[in-house]
Amino acid sequence: MFTNFFYTLKHFGIPVSMNEWDSLLEALEAGMGGASLTGFYHLCRAVLIKTEAHYDRFDLAFATFFRNIETPEGLPDKIWEWLDKELPELEITEEMRRNHQQLDLDELKRMLEERLAEQDGEHHGGNKWVGTGGTSPFGHSGYHPGGIRIGGESQHLSAVKVAGERRFQEFRTDETLGIRQFQIALRKLRHLTTRLEGAKTELDLDATVDKTCDNAGRLELVWERPRENGIKVLLLMDSGGSMVPYARLCNQLFTAVNKSSHFKDLKIFYFHNCIYDWLFHSSRCSNDDYTDTEYILKTYSPDYRVIIVGDASMAPSELSRVGGVIEWGLYNDKPGIDWLRRIRHHFEYSVWLNPIPKEFWDWTEGSWTINKIAEIFPMEELTVDGLDRSVSKLRSKYAIQAI
Amino acid sequence: MAKYDMYNGSSDYIVSDELRNSVNIAIALQKPLLIKGEPGTGKTMLAQSIADSLGKNLLIWNIKSTTKAQEGLYVYDTVQRLYDSQFGDHDVADIKQYIKLGKLGEAFNYEEQVVLLIDEIDKADLEFPNDLLWELDQMSFYIPETKETVTAKNRPIVIVTSNAEKELPDAFLRRCIFHYIAFPDPEGMEKIIRVHHPKLEKKLLEQAMETFYMLREVPHLQKRPSTSELIDWLQALVVGGINPNTIKSELPFLGVLLKKNEDLDTLLNGLYKKSQTQSRTVISSSLNRYR
Repeated sequence: MFTNFFYTLKHFGIPVSMNEWDSLLEALEAGMGGASLTGFYHLCRAVLIKTEAHYDRFDLAFATFFRNIETPEGLPDKIWEWLDKELPELEITEEMRRNHQQLDLDELKRMLEERLAEQDGEHHGGNKWVGTGGTSPFGHSGYHPGGIRIGGESQHLSAVKVAGERRFQEFRTDETLGIRQFQIALRKLRHLTTRLEGAKTELDLDATVDKTCDNAGRLELVWERPRENGIKVLLLMDSGGSMVPYARLCNQLFTAVNKSSHFKDLKIFYFHNCIYDWLFHSSRCSNDDYTDTEYILKTYSPDYRVIIVGDASMAPSELSRVGGVIEWGLYNDKPGIDWLRRIRHHFEYSVWLNPIPKEFWDWTEGSWTINKIAEIFPMEELTVDGLDRSVSKLRSKYAIQAI
Repeated sequence: MAKYDMYNGSSDYIVSDELRNSVNIAIALQKPLLIKGEPGTGKTMLAQSIADSLGKNLLIWNIKSTTKAQEGLYVYDTVQRLYDSQFGDHDVADIKQYIKLGKLGEAFNYEEQVVLLIDEIDKADLEFPNDLLWELDQMSFYIPETKETVTAKNRPIVIVTSNAEKELPDAFLRRCIFHYIAFPDPEGMEKIIRVHHPKLEKKLLEQAMETFYMLREVPHLQKRPSTSELIDWLQALVVGGINPNTIKSELPFLGVLLKKNEDLDTLLNGLYKKSQTQSRTVISSSLNRYR
């Protein structure tokens, strides 16, 4: 009957499985959903959705699938009811007067009627309903001084409307979020060491039993080394002028990487637009404070995980020409693209994170260099999802070669 | 429906309809309820409230970074047994006395149904939740040492909380009912505060709430103040005998709400910029008190 809903959810990128679907049916049979669409909405969400990051997708899917199952005849009645209830509180303030030229009750009712008609026609199930916040006098949780509250806690107009509100939009993981989310993604970047180095701090039970038996029952404790994360990280960040719009985003990643104490080693260098003979120690990229790229290639072992953060958009000459470096007073006798190839060649585990959203890569300024560099490095956009994918690539040789 | 206990909130814990539904769904489907939400939204309190409201015992299993799944089932104290064997004053043949049930084991062993809270499951190792899949599904586990199977006499109501420090494995998530506690709106917040401070002056509450939601709106805060901080702050305001009219302009006891130096700086900088366009003297004098 509504099996298609299952596929709608999948279509919207929600990982639902048969187990959960079964549970949902079981719950419905037990009458958990109640008779209302709102009850059904909450039941579905509780059973099927497992992270707040998917709440928004679920809202969209639900609104899309059930948009025609609304109960239009019951709807206006309720609104009139609420309208009347809210009336005594309606005070005409200075602000109201300015915004709405002293709307009286009749006018408000008329406007609401109009808007509802309009929404049924155009914004059915979308996110432009009489909704939350904003400046519309209709809806709830808004800040309009004398508006009409519709819905809100325990008064939902209908589940479709609840869904249409998209209250959980801010939890989407494909949006760029904060330091914390980056940190969580980075935590997956780990690889346990063998038991060959470090202090012996763990009791080895089996060996203890063996030893004790050898000693004819006199207890002898045997200790062993715990396993630790052996991942070493090399972070290369573009600090060129074109990165300024993304400074905050890059800062968040930078803070997250820095705070991640689980790496065995973390080295950070900076470059300007493209990597040449020099990797700078500070984001100012001053010409007297750097390490030779050559030195890094020779001394850093290939098991360093290299994360390059940059917009990869530059003049084609900066990437492909000898002497193409943008900085006055510097000269490169190998084109930047050669350096990038060498880095990629040496560090098998490397990814490029681009703060420019992926959908712009093909037509933004510098799309030529973006695509050139994406041929060399696996490129991901700098979002929580992008970082997540990069981390899984950095974890295994297999994944990184599959690009 | 009737055969399940219905949770309806308790006198000292305000529960939203959505959350109450989720709890009841979890109880009816006999699945663990996974609770996520901003710190300070009452995730841990929920289990207490469920236990109180249903009149059941509450067992709390606090998860730490070193906690292993096995510890929740049982611990076999081999070292103690070895020591005992050296002196010969215990009957070491009886392994049972060295098996100590963990919280999960205890919950299974209760005669009546209990509420089991697995608190902050994300603190533990990545694989921790996976190690409990079978036990939470079947509500039983086997102790090889004594060849015994511990089976739940009554499936406990399991509440799992997470602060999202780690992603939980999909296999674990599939077995849970999930609920995200959204941050309460001002109305809900007022109800929550009334539970903790029933005799609060109306004026003080209004002013404090306005200031609180204003602070939460300040962009770029690393740790936004949460419910529990607001409750503490109100306590401080009452004890300090603060005049409600001055709360907004002077922001007394700011340290109770903002716990990070950076956040205090962010706020003060923001206020300072504003003050340049507004009345300069009033706010800068109040700023100096917190510098």
